Amino acid sequence: MPPEVLSAPLIVEFPFTRSTGPVLGAFLTGLRERVVLGARGSDGRVLCPPAEYDPVTAEELTELVPLGQLGTVTTWAWNERPRPYQPLDTPFAWVLVRLDGADTALLHALDAPRHAVRTGMRVAIRWADERSGAITDIACFEPAPNAGAPGDSHRAEGSAA
Amino acid sequence: MTTAAELLAGIPELAGVEPVTRVTIPARLEYTYSPGSAQTRFLTALPDKRLLAERCPRCTRVYVPPRGACPTCGIAATEQLELPHTGTVTTFCIVNIAAKGLDVEVPYCYAYVLLDGANVGLHARIGDTPYADVRIGQRVEAVWNEQRLGPSLASISHFRPTGEPDADPESYRRWM
Amino acid sequence: MSGTDHLDAPTGLRDVAVVAFAQSSHTRRTDQLSEVELLMPVLHDVLKQTGLTANRIGFTCSGSSDYLAGRAFSFTMALDGVGAWPPISESHVEMDGAWALYEAWVKLQTGEADTALVYSYGKSSPGSVRDVLTRQLDPYTLAPLWPDSVALAALQARALIDAGHTDERRLAETAVRSRRAATANPHAQLRGSADVEELLRQPYEVEPLRRHDCPPISDGAAAVILAAGDSARALHVNPAWIRGIDHRIEAHQPGVRDLTESPSTRLAATAAGAFDAPFDAAELHAPFTAQEIVLRRALDLGDGVPVNPSGGPLAANPVMAAGLIRIGEAAALIHRGEARRVLAHATSGPCLQQNLVAVLEGAAGTEGGAR
Ligand SMILES: [Zn+2]
Repeated sequence: MPPEVLSAPLIVEFPFTRSTGPVLGAFLTGLRERVVLGARGSDGRVLCPPAEYDPVTAEELTELVPLGQLGTVTTWAWNERPRPYQPLDTPFAWVLVRLDGADTALLHALDAPRHAVRTGMRVAIRWADERSGAITDIACFEPAPNAGAPGDSHRAEGSAA
Repeated sequence: MTTAAELLAGIPELAGVEPVTRVTIPARLEYTYSPGSAQTRFLTALPDKRLLAERCPRCTRVYVPPRGACPTCGIAATEQLELPHTGTVTTFCIVNIAAKGLDVEVPYCYAYVLLDGANVGLHARIGDTPYADVRIGQRVEAVWNEQRLGPSLASISHFRPTGEPDADPESYRRWM
Repeated sequence: MSGTDHLDAPTGLRDVAVVAFAQSSHTRRTDQLSEVELLMPVLHDVLKQTGLTANRIGFTCSGSSDYLAGRAFSFTMALDGVGAWPPISESHVEMDGAWALYEAWVKLQTGEADTALVYSYGKSSPGSVRDVLTRQLDPYTLAPLWPDSVALAALQARALIDAGHTDERRLAETAVRSRRAATANPHAQLRGSADVEELLRQPYEVEPLRRHDCPPISDGAAAVILAAGDSARALHVNPAWIRGIDHRIEAHQPGVRDLTESPSTRLAATAAGAFDAPFDAAELHAPFTAQEIVLRRALDLGDGVPVNPSGGPLAANPVMAAGLIRIGEAAALIHRGEARRVLAHATSGPCLQQNLVAVLEGAAGTEGGAR
């Protein structure tokens, strides 16, 4: 009979520092300063997270526009048991959020009670206290104040920063 | 090409702020590594100072450490055998740069030792001799690490010269 | 049978067929086996089916990912199971083996080889595959949040439910159908299923997905032999001819895409000629139940076409091999005379980002249903 097979813990770490390039560099700078930037594509659509090249024409994108601090949930998934390194360690919703002024949606976490979460929900950015220029500078989203009142989104837009 | 600073200059809230140019986001993945059956047999014999190998039934090559397959024939190397603790240096180098996380003092001599009866060199260090004397063809023997005997190649501290005459090059030429 | 002698090839392509397929019995853990020990019996099986030896194969191509088991360059060790001496013509993709098959198909098209061995393996058990797969995501905006594979699939499922394309009951029905079909597949990991009512009483994994909506975590390997023209005819009495194969990719960011649609699948299927004639069966690489709904819509597969008669990835999901297995299972239906025209699909990336479609056909006169 063969001996019991050996096993040992194996930990693989990726400590890489990446160059950010102009567009992602500007986007991450914005997050550090509590401003979310989108990139305007050739078809006029605003992409957030910003793309470096146009999804249609592949042209370099150089027009960045500040977006609102509020947005709309386009889809969600309730995460009852958060896993290591995820944005929150208490139950939360994964969400795709279309920020006001953007035409595409950003993936992040939403800190809200399960019963409150729905597609179309209005949400607001909760900034991390300490920000370094990373997607985690957005700690998570939270229900927008006065959520559901029509017009909130428009008032919020433009007063973002 | 545009820079982040140029892109930010066009945005009133962000004009002039120090741009982010790099981001470090460390990631850590945890695994439980298992070496499989053949290498388990090899590793579990090391605390008993035994060197287990496998022979390919087709080409008769002997592999140590065994990996369960003959890479030449692509078949299971099914025949088990035990090798002596002596061998021949088939190549070596002197390492002067310390590898991160490796607790070995530099400089050290890193070599392939073709154990007697094997057809593939074992990675090993050469010690107990001036490095200037280390040479291809030199006869060496294993020095066991009595304090660290376990299911790991660290059970072998290093190889040291036996003092025998050098091996006939024909005995190792094909397996360098 | 001479139907394959005059396969119309309007584009001047060589006729290439799957002539053999083998796979391991997929299991949750294979601690006792190294990757080469897992793979080698599958390689021997597929070679034995054709009577070929490794050194008579014109080209060898494999697919795997070192992240799964955390072992850098593990594919070079896996080559020990092939017998790569004297040096063979070989390549590797860090992708599902279906893309290795595509590379091999291209190699055969160049005329530089007449036969190809394609294999792939995935050993998910040493790590946590849900978390490991986060490392394939955009390193700036996605990976730092560690959205695991179930979470991303759940976002897609919610979008489908919101759009009215499915509901949790229909997803459960997909799981039951797949795992009950797998009772006839000795290689499957999950064979059989509780009924829909029982499944719907279970807690959510990541809502709206329950455990049954997710694939099992599998260790496994698979291999296929491709051959061109007369070589194929010499190696199998009923080769599964690849009448079309194509793969397309979409934007990576899930928030840029309409997750209820799969335009890349649609395009690949169009290019592969999938809409030219009906199918007797389809093998879809949909690891999550909701993804089968997306793919059926993109491929115009109605309820009349049996989907995943093997049980599909919901019954066994060795990551990096599960796509190649779809092509192998599709070919096996043809080899066994149970179907004449079968669609095979493979996917890669989050939320069906990248998709490959292959159309496989047997000779005329071997019609049959996969039912
Ligand atoms: Zn051999």
